[in-house]
Amino acid sequence: MIGRTAILRLAAGAVGLGAIAGVGFLAYALHPAIAPIAPPAATSFSAESIERGRVLAAGGYCAECHTRRDGQPGIPLAGDYAMATPFGTIYSSNITPDAQTGIGRWSLAAFTRAMRYGVSRDGANLFPAFPFDHFTHMTDGDISDVYAYLMAQKPVHSVKRENTLPFPFNMRILQAGWKLMFLHPGAYQNDPAHDAQWNRGAYLAEGLSHCSACHTPRNAMGAEKAGAPYDGAPVDNWIAPPLNATNPTPVTWTEDEFFQYLRYGVAPLHGSAAGPMSPVVHGGLSEMPEADVRAIAHYLANIDHADARQPGDAQHLTAAMASSTRDLTTPQTSDPDARLYQAACSACHANTGAKPVLGRPELALNNALWLDEPTNLYQVILRGIGTEEGQAGITMPSFYHALTDADLARLAAYLRRTRTTLPPWTDLEKKAAAVRATLPAPPVAASH
Amino acid sequence: MTSFRLNGQDVSVDVPDDTPLLWVIRDEVGLTGTKFGCGIGMCGACTVHVGGRATRSCITPVSAVQGAEITTIEGLDPAGNHPVQEAWKDLQVPQCGYCQSGQIMQAASLLHDYPQPTDEDIDAVMGGSLCRCMTYIRIRDAIKKAAAATRGEPSNG
Repeated sequence: MIGRTAILRLAAGAVGLGAIAGVGFLAYALHPAIAPIAPPAATSFSAESIERGRVLAAGGYCAECHTRRDGQPGIPLAGDYAMATPFGTIYSSNITPDAQTGIGRWSLAAFTRAMRYGVSRDGANLFPAFPFDHFTHMTDGDISDVYAYLMAQKPVHSVKRENTLPFPFNMRILQAGWKLMFLHPGAYQNDPAHDAQWNRGAYLAEGLSHCSACHTPRNAMGAEKAGAPYDGAPVDNWIAPPLNATNPTPVTWTEDEFFQYLRYGVAPLHGSAAGPMSPVVHGGLSEMPEADVRAIAHYLANIDHADARQPGDAQHLTAAMASSTRDLTTPQTSDPDARLYQAACSACHANTGAKPVLGRPELALNNALWLDEPTNLYQVILRGIGTEEGQAGITMPSFYHALTDADLARLAAYLRRTRTTLPPWTDLEKKAAAVRATLPAPPVAASH
Repeated sequence: MTSFRLNGQDVSVDVPDDTPLLWVIRDEVGLTGTKFGCGIGMCGACTVHVGGRATRSCITPVSAVQGAEITTIEGLDPAGNHPVQEAWKDLQVPQCGYCQSGQIMQAASLLHDYPQPTDEDIDAVMGGSLCRCMTYIRIRDAIKKAAAATRGEPSNG
């Protein structure tokens, strides 16, 4: 009987504690609405602030996720971009200053709260598909410049589609729990162990430009894994490669390679910015001051320990270049896979010199061949690369109709076997079909 | 609507985004020097330059060349006297001639990358340009002759 009383007391205590915790959680999870304002006139912001905001909005890729791409393409910043998440599809919001459907009635305080704490003007918790866990690290000044830029845009009346998140993922109050675990709010604090350039790079990469949002794998809760920063992750049917020392390319991503890639869309010893990375460069970082892009490159080269890895580069480069013309020169090979490579690829990809010619991407050096899966290789072969992507002004055709899944598998196996030192990929034909199925439509009509 | 420059002229075409560039060049613009060969980017007959790079136009969607500088065989040299074309004429390279505009465009691009090409360079880069008449030996000679002419060396024919 004594035991029973004790259990009852314990149970009562637990309920009491739970209630206190619940009250505490509610206090944390519930946010008041911030009073709507009359939409401010564009002229109420200084031209300098709007211009700084334009550059920052580019460097944070606001328009990438706040513009509809599927079906009828949308007006920039008017939202309705479909984000496929493991939990369902989330449609981005309209961030033009439309009073009814956009953020026209948001004060700077409301906008700052959204950026720093992921809370909407009406007090609802925002889903972390909006990377407020990064934007929280921006300074008040930068946030207010982005606000000025957005509020100075033309209002667009546009209602987004309804999210398809099933219960309980659609419960916004649960997002408060997510934030409790994964949000570390507050502006970036300089690390005194590093110089100003490194800190500027860290500020941009970790905050505004949110590199790890794609390049760090996510846990079951959809948050970036704390123990695996920049380990690389699947994103939009591509693979965002590792940016740390686990990056498998034979030649190190040095500060200069990062800079060339992030500034111009092509790293001479790695390849070009294709797929989801192309707008990051051409729509985003290309608008930023050169010194800022250099700072990001400086920071990333520190993350991947470029200094320690570089001594092996000369040897790796020599080996890669030696493999470039394998099977292409006399005596002619009878290997049918090599002949397929020669017919389809080598006119543009074979390099005979000590270094690749710019515009002649060397596959033996390219991320796509050295990743654990052939995903990116298949994506590029099937889609091709337009003149506005990757290295600007040049193009790669789409082999969508030219190569069957079996052909793609043969090419991938051949390149992996002859241009890398890594174990073979598996299930190549099946994976080719899977990547092909992710394309909404053939990029090019059949010629015949 | 896709706009680009073709042989130095501004061109805008209103065709579906997935239209092959080759069709636009031949049927919309009316320049027929660029040929249809295999239609799957495996023979080189349709080669043009996009941004100075040899590109198979039969499998390149027109949407991919927005804003590009494109050169076809008609625009390689205003008088048809590009060093590669001169060498081609001097050595009477073509037989039936069908693949030759693609061969010339690929060769001009090769000389840009490798101004003094070795046999290895030529094999590696020209291997995707097929000639059913087997003029390969003359093609190789003409590329070397064009390279010498570009360097300003006397021709030894």
